[in-house]
Parts: sequence; C-alpha cells; structure tokens
Amino acid sequence: MKVYVSRDMASVALGADDVARAFADAGCDVVRTGSRGLFSIEPLVEVETDEGRIGYGPVTPVDAAAVLARTHPARLGPVEQLPFFAAQQRFTFARCGIIDPLSLAEYGAHGGWQGLETARAQSPQAVVDAVKASGLRGRGGAGFPTGIKWQTVLDASASPKYIVCNADEGDSGTFADRMLMEGDPFCLIEGMAIAAHAVGAAHGYIYIRSEYPFAIRTMRAAIEASAHLVAPFTLEVREGAGAYVCGEETALLDSIEGKRGQVRAKPPLPALKGLFGQPTVINNVLSLAAVPFILADGADAYAAVGFGRSRGTMPVQLAGNVKHGGLYEIGFGITLGELVNDIGGGTASGRPVRAVQVGGPLGAYFPPSMFHLPFDYEAFAQAGGLIGHAGITVFDDSVDMAHMARFAMEFCAVESCGKCTPCRIGSTRGVEIMDRIIDARDGAPVRAKAADGGYLGKALYSRAPDRVDVSPDAQTALLRDLADTMKYGSLCALGGFTPYPVLSALDHFPEDFGASAPVKEAAE
Amino acid sequence: MEEFIAGWTARHGTGRDGLLPLLHAIQAEAGHIDDALVPAIARALNLSRADVHGVITFYHDFRRTAPGRHVVKLCRAESCQARGGAAMEAAAARRLGVAMGETRADGQVALEPVYCLGLCAIGPNALVDGRPVARIDAAALDRIAAEVAA
Ligand SMILES: Cc1cc2nc3c(=O)[nH]c(=O)nc-3n(C[C@H](O)[C@H](O)[C@H](O)COP(=O)(O)O)c2cc1C
Repeated sequence: MKVYVSRDMASVALGADDVARAFADAGCDVVRTGSRGLFSIEPLVEVETDEGRIGYGPVTPVDAAAVLARTHPARLGPVEQLPFFAAQQRFTFARCGIIDPLSLAEYGAHGGWQGLETARAQSPQAVVDAVKASGLRGRGGAGFPTGIKWQTVLDASASPKYIVCNADEGDSGTFADRMLMEGDPFCLIEGMAIAAHAVGAAHGYIYIRSEYPFAIRTMRAAIEASAHLVAPFTLEVREGAGAYVCGEETALLDSIEGKRGQVRAKPPLPALKGLFGQPTVINNVLSLAAVPFILADGADAYAAVGFGRSRGTMPVQLAGNVKHGGLYEIGFGITLGELVNDIGGGTASGRPVRAVQVGGPLGAYFPPSMFHLPFDYEAFAQAGGLIGHAGITVFDDSVDMAHMARFAMEFCAVESCGKCTPCRIGSTRGVEIMDRIIDARDGAPVRAKAADGGYLGKALYSRAPDRVDVSPDAQTALLRDLADTMKYGSLCALGGFTPYPVLSALDHFPEDFGASAPVKEAAE
Repeated sequence: MEEFIAGWTARHGTGRDGLLPLLHAIQAEAGHIDDALVPAIARALNLSRADVHGVITFYHDFRRTAPGRHVVKLCRAESCQARGGAAMEAAAARRLGVAMGETRADGQVALEPVYCLGLCAIGPNALVDGRPVARIDAAALDRIAAEVAA
C-alpha cells in the first residue's frame, strides 16, 4: 500500500520520521512529501485508496496498524476538503505536500516547467512585461513591484548579471520560504531560471539561513537533479551563518561576497550595482516561486485575484499561540480577524487573543479591535504597520506587551550590523528605557528625582543615576524620541522599523507600560 | 588543519567569496574555528588577518572555542515566546544546569539561543545536536536532558 508522510522539518520535529518508519516496517511504500501546511494534524499520514488519498492525523508510530486497517479514529478524509484547505487559493503552493519534492517526474506531471517553457519561447522583454502585468510585488517585505525591478536589470548594460534568491527568512512567525524549498524546490529553481532568461543572467545564488538545514539539503539535491533542465543557467546554494540582518538585501550580497554582513548605503541600487558590483535581481523565495504560475497560467489569472494594489495570492503564515497554525495561501483582501479567528481558530491555549504581531520582529502589534483590517500592503501601512513576509504571530491575554517591546529592542541590539549609530546604540538605549518603564510599573524603588532641563534633560541616560527621571511619563516620552531617531536615522529597516513593534505596543496597550488609565480609542 | 584548508582551496578556489563556505567547512570539521587558524585562512584566500577575524566575529554561528559535546539551540523569538518559550528557557537552564549562552563546566552540553527555526506554530522549539524538537514542555526537557547526558 502506498502512503504519504511529510519530510518537512516541522513534521519531523513532531515525529514524522518515526511514523514513516513504522509504515515502512508494516510493508508500505512510503512516499515522503513536503508538508500540507496544517500543523495541528501532523504527523499526517495519507493512505492511497480507490477514493483518492485519505488523511489520518495526528498519528504516532503505534497507530500504523489501525490506520492501515482503516479503523483509526483520527481519520480526516481527503485532506484538501478539510475547511482549512478548501477555501485556499494555492497558486504558489499547489504542489507542496502532494508530490515527492525531488521527483522530476512528479514535478513535470503536476504542471512543472510549463512556465519556463513559455518564458523561453518569448523575448526577455515579453517575460518582464508579463511579470509587470501580474502586479506581483516583492514578498520579502517591502512590496516593491517585481517586474519593475527586473526591467532595471534587463536594461542595465553591464555583464555578467546575477539572480540572487533571498532565502534568509529570519522573521519569527514565518516559514513559507522554508516549506516551499523543502516541499517544492523545483518551483523556486524554475522561477529563478525564468528570471535569468528575463534579464540575461547566467548564474544564480540561493542564500539560505543556516537554521534551515533541511531546506539547504533539499535545494542542493534539487539543483543537481534539474541542472540539465535549466542549463545554461547555473545555480548554487550559499549558507548563512546566523545573522538576521543578512536578510537585508545589501547585507546579504556582502555576505555572499565573503564579508561581514553589513548594510550598504543606497544608491547604487543592487539592480545596477549588486553582487560583485554587477546588475543583480534579488528577490524573496515567494516572489520567484510565484513566477512559474504567472508565465504558465497567464498574468491575468494571477492579477484577477487580490485587493487594491495588492494583486495575486499571499502565503500567509499563522503562528504562535494559535490553534490551527500553518500555511494559508489566499488572495489579498481577507481580513486579519478571519485569518486569526475563523481559520486559525483563535489561541491554542483557549484564552482570549490579546495581540497579534504581523510581519515579524519589525512588524506592529495589533489588538483584536483592528481585526477588520484587510490583508493589503496599503491598508497595513495606513494602520501603522506592515504585512512584511505575512507571518501572523498570535498572543493570548497572558502576554506582557512591555516585555515584548523590550524584546524588540533587545533583538535589534543583538542583530544590528553595527554600521549606523541609531540602530547600534539606539537599540541598547531602548532596552535600558524599557527596563526603567517595567521597573516603574512593577513598583521597583524609584531611584531618582526630577532634575531641570525639560523631559529630555531629566530623562536622558546619565552616569549619575540620581539625575534620571524614571517616572513612566518621562521614560515614555524618551522612548518616543528615541524611536523617532531610529526610524528616520537608521540605514536600513532593522533600526528603522524596530519602532513599529515598540510604539504599537505602547499605543495599543498603554496599561502594560504603567500608564495611569487605559487610553480609550476614539470611536470610528 | 593547514592541510584541510589547502585541500579545500584546491577544490573550491581562493576567491574571497569562499570565506564563509571555508569557515563553515572548518567548523564542521573541527567543531570551532581556533584563533590560531586565522593566519592560515587569511593566507589561503589572500586576505588580511583583521579581515578574517572581523568576519568570524560578525556571525553568530562561528565559534572560536570548542562547543559542548552536545548543543541545544533553543528558540527565543516571538512565536515561541507566545507559546511559553520564556518559561521553557528558564526551565531548560535549570534542567540542564547551564545558563543560556553558556557551556556547562564539564563540557557536556551548551545551551545556545537561536532566533527562529521556522517551526512557529508548534513551539517552543529547539535543535538538539541539529535535530529539530517541537512543543517543548517539562517532559521533553527531561528527554533532552537524558539525551545530552550520554
Ligand atoms: C533587517 C532586514 C531583514 C530582512 N530579511 C529578509 C528576509 O529574510 N527575506 C527576504 O526576502 N527579505 C528580507 N528583507 C527585505 C530585503 O531587504 C529585500 O527587500 C528583499 O529581499 C527584496 O525581495 P522582494 O522584492 O522579492 O521582496 C529584510 C530587510 C531588512 C531590513
């Protein structure tokens, strides 16, 4: 009997290897796939039957006999018919969880390489035009139109040119890049080969963070297996070394070049002077992996889905304290509340949702009163946040938002590349301010009296601790001032966006910062 | 290790963009990158020693001293915190007898921070000697402690 068990790192962390072994020992033909993307049913086993693939999950190795006898109570039926999957629009993740990720035959049988064939039958300009027409925007965070970036590289006269895939995916709450690389690596390779044809590049790099050993292994194997199909284009994987800031595109380029991963000043744009000073397309995994669909099914099919200027689908990642966490690919426009409550099912702990952080460590915290927000680049920017790489981290009512604000500063301090002062020093000062705010809130002894010189004069860090005004009001004012400096003075979004989680926590949850009374939001 | 470096450059060339791959290879071979190797690495890739030192110390992954026999990398990032990660971090430190970021005095185990393993709906998560472990609770910590005692 044929059964399917995921080899995704998350599935393996939940025991999928032992489950796969139990079914192999029971005489089954076990196909290891990527993950379907719903972790509350993993480890998941799908048994091939006359009525198609029938899922059972979560299962453990001892369940093998009951599953094979079809008497196991964890029977889910066809997985794609579960509510979590039925309404998804899987353009990019169509194959993930279904095929053996390293089987060229299955990739081809499920529509693989059609995008590349279509692209190679067209002129580079026609391919760039298709990507422009699709409305695809960069999925790494900034949302810059991918077609326009490619046009700049196509128009650049210097040679050689490079394709670089940003697979550094450092944001907590995100795992879509990892799932795609482990579950459908040829899709990314095909997207990069299309990009190479579109701009005239001969070589590409995939920069994968070292925390993703499974993805590194799978991508390397997939590159080798498909080399003859993407030739003369060639590809290699470069492994990161545990630096969050190397997800920033210019730091990433320096890291590939063998240097410290420090941010470069822009201009020049990487599109004109990127890797080794040459014209370079640098795109996120999901941006590149969306391209085969766009070429195969047409730019219109992609652009037909979406909301406002956010076209196509977004592989949203539901994470943290959420009951049904996982990957949910859907057209833009779905609301935050639908994602968290209807699809995610609320918290895993069963307690009320208090906050969600959208877009990773540089994204804002939102309270449930903002769950009407549609998933859309512009709507989130207007609401003082960002969708970033579309990770949603759910917190229940036990969260201490002052602690989360402190963590945002601490993370920035740990990960700062050190090139600019607002980020390098500001983040450390931010941790100190948050410590004082938390001390004051918790009634720790107040160490100092107010001094003269306005709020800054009073509140500024001082070597003479008795001159520091540690009252919450003074420290909060200082925090806002510091956030301003970081936002406008930092070289990149690490220092520049760390104020998002900090100030959104302060604005939406002032009571956690020791504010005397919760500030009522004005009715809308 | 000098031979190892020479063998590596013979296969992969001496371009400066080989520095990170070479450092990864040395660490995989020797467990850490000893300061005494910096001159040899610099010579092999025609870089200054300061340059090589600067790269090694920039990246969190590269170690300049030998690690514990076992390494537990525990995630500290937001999604794991939302699932009780901070309490598990404190419990792990107690259970393993080593503070976060340190190697136990007997050299048996190191507890290291990691910021996200991409398993964000099933935390708190860790890599135990490279093997991913999810939903860490007290019972899981007991199993990890037993594993790293060996
Ligand atoms: C601190 C920092 C970390 C980043 N991390 C990532 C990352 O892990 N993956 C990614 O694709 N983009 C990341 N970005 C965004 C990249 O700089 C860049 O915008 C992106 O790679 C462009 O590709 P796209 O247009 O396809 O989104 C990061 C930016 C900053 C400032």
